[in-house]
Amino acid sequence: MEFIQAENLTFYYEGEDEEQPNNVKLVLKGVSVSVRKGEFVAVIGHNGSGKSTLSKHMNAILLPTGGRMLVDGIDTNDEDRIYDVRRKVGLVLQNPDNQLVASIVEEDVAFGPENLGVEPSEIRRRVDSALKAVDMYDYRHHAPHKLSGGQKQRVAIAGILAMEPDCIVLDEPTAMLDPKGREEVISAITRLNREQSITVVLITHNMEEAVDCDRVIVMDSGKVLTEGTPVEVFSQVERLRRHKLDVPQATELCSMLRGVGLSFKELPLSTDECVRMLSEVLL
Amino acid sequence: MSVLLRTEGLSFTYGINTPFEKQAVKNVNIEINKGEVIGVIGHTGSGKSTLMQMLNGLITPTDGTVYLDGADIFENKKNLRQVRFKVGLVFQYPENQLFEETVRKDISFGPRNMGLPAEAVDKRIRKAAKFAGLREELLDRSPFDLSGGEKRRAAIAGVIAMDPEILILDEPTAGLDPMGRDVLLEQIDAYHKSRGNTVLLVSHSMEDIARIADRVLVMYKGECVMLDTPKAVFARSDELEQMGLRVPQITKITTMLRDMGVALPEGILTVDEAFEQICGILRKEGKIC
Repeated sequence: MEFIQAENLTFYYEGEDEEQPNNVKLVLKGVSVSVRKGEFVAVIGHNGSGKSTLSKHMNAILLPTGGRMLVDGIDTNDEDRIYDVRRKVGLVLQNPDNQLVASIVEEDVAFGPENLGVEPSEIRRRVDSALKAVDMYDYRHHAPHKLSGGQKQRVAIAGILAMEPDCIVLDEPTAMLDPKGREEVISAITRLNREQSITVVLITHNMEEAVDCDRVIVMDSGKVLTEGTPVEVFSQVERLRRHKLDVPQATELCSMLRGVGLSFKELPLSTDECVRMLSEVLL
Repeated sequence: MSVLLRTEGLSFTYGINTPFEKQAVKNVNIEINKGEVIGVIGHTGSGKSTLMQMLNGLITPTDGTVYLDGADIFENKKNLRQVRFKVGLVFQYPENQLFEETVRKDISFGPRNMGLPAEAVDKRIRKAAKFAGLREELLDRSPFDLSGGEKRRAAIAGVIAMDPEILILDEPTAGLDPMGRDVLLEQIDAYHKSRGNTVLLVSHSMEDIARIADRVLVMYKGECVMLDTPKAVFARSDELEQMGLRVPQITKITTMLRDMGVALPEGILTVDEAFEQICGILRKEGKIC
């Protein structure tokens, strides 16, 4: 079942070229994509490719200029139901410091449900379960500003979880983190998707984060360049390279070896797969 | 090779005599040669940024000192200003520090403060903008009208315009997309090659470090635990992983294959290098021609 459905979505920022209405710069140029309930989708592309703009349409922070965006069947243009959309889809941003509001971790996580008018006992339950889900329960009495980047970002995710959304959209949540923080956040998101069937849309520059998801959407200049399973997408090494996008080094190496005559059934995405395939040839 | 920068027992403790007292840098003794590119890695809170800020005298160490060209930079506080012209520091997210009305004025702030004549300042602006890959027509725009990547380059140009002997960049590629990252690294590399100056580059991206560093400095819990060639450092992948760091994927793959008995050398850092080595083995075995 389609949970998020963009139909021929176009978008431009108003006010940029008021004097020359014919000169507006389209950020999205007819994007049609969908995300199924429970799916884990990665969206990759350059800065300016429109991927962040697309993600902001998913919880009605931005409304389409043309085409339409359906979230669980609700048109985001329907003003009366905008809060329903925002309750269904939570957004996590790049910089955790800009998203934390309280001076104690558990109060920060409670901020969302408090604003939704949830009963106090229910808030308690949600805060505890959200913090446990991202493995931050032991830090519930800590001050957010004293946490590491990865921990802060997980608190921000818990804050979204406490509103019990069906879907979480994360806009480059690991761009500011060190490798360990990056892994903590990605494994927390993966767990939420697998164990609680929360739909996840992960916007990222890091191809290694995209290899474990169900599907990859590649954006380029406001359009969808290609989409498919990680293997289908990353096997197009030459094409992605031409658009100056990264592919995992494991995939790139095997693609080059294929070029000199080695035959692989499909290209590897992860370190372990690559080692397994190469050891068969080399040992 | 001559030693340009040397630290001796360099230490820094935050919040002395408060409940928040924390030793951020512990007894760092390093020597950096003229013209080297040093990659600096370490987990968040490992003391990288504090160390970098002591190297240009922005933070005064609580113990030990820094020698630049053999002179103790903290001996006479009046000379610190000169030290900062020689050791240029680009902070994390430098685009947040742009403040002037135009990009040109912003870049000129450093050289103007050095007391250079207007003509020389103008020359430096154009040169720095070129090195940083900023198009000339952007110079008269407001820095706030630039894209994220352009802002970052404008901020870096502001430091390059002082023509520092040592250029320190604290996570210059964080938050950039792969293309922006590649372009910036190439520019830093080209700048280094043409000026022959010393560069310290802090990064979480091991791939970046593997590509341009002559030596890698690893910080862990405030201490300098390794300072060696990328090959030697990345060959110690188990130790790095225990410190919350990673080696480039290609290094990990070739190290695992090597451990399984494939005749690959230690510390392969790039895909091209791995490809050449594997092709060599395959050719020898007659599996490819």
